[in-house]
Amino acid sequence: MTHAPTAHEERLAPGATALRHWAMPIAAALLPIVLALGVGALILLVLGADPGAFYYHIVRRGLLSWIGLQDTITRCAPLLLLGASLIVAFRAGLWNLGVDGQFLLAAVISAALAPALVTVLPVWLVLPLVMVVAMAVGAVWSLLPALLKAYYGVNEIVTTLMMSFLGISAANVLIKLPFDDPTTTVPQTETLATDDRLPRLFGSTINVGVIVSLAVILFIHWLMTRTSFGLRLRLVGANPRAAVHVGLPLGALMVAVFALSAGLAGLAGSVEILGVWGNVRADWNPAYGLMIIPLVFLARFNGIAVIGFVFFFAVLSIGGETASRKAGLPNYFILVLVALMLIFLALTEWLGQRRQMAARD
Amino acid sequence: MSQGLLSDAFLISLIAGAVAAGVPLLLAGLGEQVSEKAGVLNIGIEGMMLFGAYAGFATAFGTNSLWLGFLAGAAAGLVMAMLMALFCVRLGLNQIVIGIALTLGADGITALLHHVQFSRTYPRLPRVETLDIPGLSEIPIIGPSLFARHPMVYIAVFLVLVLAYLFRNTHVGLNLQAAGDKPDALDAAGISVTATRTWSVLFTGVMAGMGGAYMAMIGAGIFVPFMTGGAGFIAIVLAMLARGRPIWVLIGAFLFGASLSLTTALQVGGVNVPTDVVQMLPFLMVMIVLVLFARRASLPAALGLPYVRGQR
Repeated sequence: MTHAPTAHEERLAPGATALRHWAMPIAAALLPIVLALGVGALILLVLGADPGAFYYHIVRRGLLSWIGLQDTITRCAPLLLLGASLIVAFRAGLWNLGVDGQFLLAAVISAALAPALVTVLPVWLVLPLVMVVAMAVGAVWSLLPALLKAYYGVNEIVTTLMMSFLGISAANVLIKLPFDDPTTTVPQTETLATDDRLPRLFGSTINVGVIVSLAVILFIHWLMTRTSFGLRLRLVGANPRAAVHVGLPLGALMVAVFALSAGLAGLAGSVEILGVWGNVRADWNPAYGLMIIPLVFLARFNGIAVIGFVFFFAVLSIGGETASRKAGLPNYFILVLVALMLIFLALTEWLGQRRQMAARD
Repeated sequence: MSQGLLSDAFLISLIAGAVAAGVPLLLAGLGEQVSEKAGVLNIGIEGMMLFGAYAGFATAFGTNSLWLGFLAGAAAGLVMAMLMALFCVRLGLNQIVIGIALTLGADGITALLHHVQFSRTYPRLPRVETLDIPGLSEIPIIGPSLFARHPMVYIAVFLVLVLAYLFRNTHVGLNLQAAGDKPDALDAAGISVTATRTWSVLFTGVMAGMGGAYMAMIGAGIFVPFMTGGAGFIAIVLAMLARGRPIWVLIGAFLFGASLSLTTALQVGGVNVPTDVVQMLPFLMVMIVLVLFARRASLPAALGLPYVRGQR
C-alpha cells in the first residue's frame, strides 16, 4: 500500500522517499512498455518469428551500430517537433488529431520552395525562411477546425481528422501537378542539393534539425508549465467556463493553440525535408502523428519525458525496419506494439488512480 | 466527352457505386449513432471496420459463404467493441486514447495477417449473387443499381426503420438518450448507465464489423491492408450530423458513397480527373457540411465522459 510518508519515516530514510518520488512515475511509465513488449513477443511467436531475435535486431540496428544510431537520432527531429505540437494542444485540452496532414502539406511546400529559392537567395537565409513558411502552412491548415471549435463548438477531433485526410490528398495533388519535377520518372518535387540542406553535425549524418527540435520542445515545455501565457492556454482546457469568467478571450486562445500546435507540426515536416530527404515523392506519408500521440500520453504531456520516449520510439522504428526485414514480416508490427503500449498505459493509469483513491480512504 | 456526363452508363455506375460504398458507411454510421447517443464517442470504429473487413473476407474466402463472412465480421467487431467497453465504459479510461489504440492495433494486426496469408496471391472473391426484387429491378437505370443487390443492402436499409422506431417509440431509445444527455437521471431512474453504454458499444462493434465485411467481401471483393481509409471517421461525422435520426444517416451515407465512387463513375462517363482530387471529395464534403450546418451539429451533453456514480 502506498501512503503519504509520515515525518517519522521521512527522518528515518529521506533517500527512500526521494527515490519513491522519482521511481514511481518512471516505473509507471516503463511498465506499459514492458507489458507491450511481452504481449508483442507472444504475437511474434504466433506469426512464426523469433521474438528474441526480433528485439535483438531492433536494439542492434537502432542503438548499437553507429550508422543506425545516427539514423535514430536524425529520426528524433520530426518526432520531437510533433511531440511539442501535441503537448501544446493536449495541455490546452484540444485534440489536434490532424498533425499528419499539417506535417505533409508543410513538407511539400518546403520541398517546392527550397530548391527554387536557393537559386536567388543565400542558403543561410533560405532554410529559416522556408521553415517559417512551413509553420504558416501548418497553422493555416488548422484554421478552419480552430474557428469551428472556437465559435461554433464543432468537435475538433472530427474536423482535424477530416482536414488531415484533405491535407494528405492535397499534398499529393501538389506533387503530381504544379510541383512535379519533369526530369524524373516518378512523380516527385525537385530535389534540394545535399549541400543546401540543413548543416550536418561533426561529420556525422545527423543534421542540425535535432538541435532545433530539442530547443523547441524544451521551450514549449517551459512555455506551457512556467509562463502565464501557458497557464492561460491550460485553463482553456481545464475549465473553459472559468476562463471566460476571468475575462480570457476563449475563442482567440483556442485559435492560438491550434495555430501553435499546427505550426509546430508544419515545422516538423519542413525539418524532415530540409534535413533528410530533400524532396517529397508522391504518396510519401510517414504518418508519424498517430504514433506520437501515445508517446505524449505516456509522458503525461511532460516535454522532458517526451524526449526520452521519442528516442525510445526512434530506436524501435529504425531498428524495427531491419528486424522486420530479417524476420520476413512487414514493418506493421510496430503499429501493434504502439497499440499495446497505449492500452497498457491506460490500464496502469487506471490502477494508479485506484491506488490513490484507496490510499485516501 | 463522347459518352457525356448524364449518360445512362455514368448514372448507373454512380448510383451502383454509391450503394456499394454507402452501405458500409450506413452500417457503421448507424452503429456509431447508437453509441454516441449513449455518450460514447467511438473513435475505434475505424479499427472495428477494418478488423471486420479482414475477418469477413478471410471467412468468406475460406468457406465460400458471404453470410458466414458477415457473421465473422460482426464477431470481429464485437471483440474489438468488448475491449472498448471494458476499458472505456467499465474502467472509465480515456475514450480517445483507447479508440486510437484499437485503430492502430487493427491496422497492424490485419496488415500482418494479410501479409502472412494473402500477400503472395491476393485472392479475390467471386462476384456476389444478387437478390433481384421483381418488378422494381426492371426500372431503367435505378432498377439494376438499387434493386438488384445483395440482400445485406436491403437489411441495412431495413435497420434504419428499426432504429428509427426504437429511438422514437421505445424505452430502450429513451434510455440510450438519457445515458448520453443526463446519465445521472438515468441512474436515478434505476437503470444502469454502465450496462446501457456497454450494450450500445457492443452494438456499434457488430454494426461496424458488418460494414467492414461488406466493404471487403462485396464492395471490393478483396482485402487490402488499411482498406477502410477513413470510412470509420466519416461514419462518426455522419452520426454527428444526423442528430440522432437514422434516416439522415441513410441519406448521408449514400451522398458520401456517391462522392467516394465518383472516380469510377467519371471514368465510365469519359471524364478523367486525378484520383487524388476525387479522393478529397468526401472529406471536403464533410467540411463544407460542417461549415454550413455548424450550429446544428449536436452531440449529447455527456459524450466522451466516463460515468462515475455520484461524481459531478
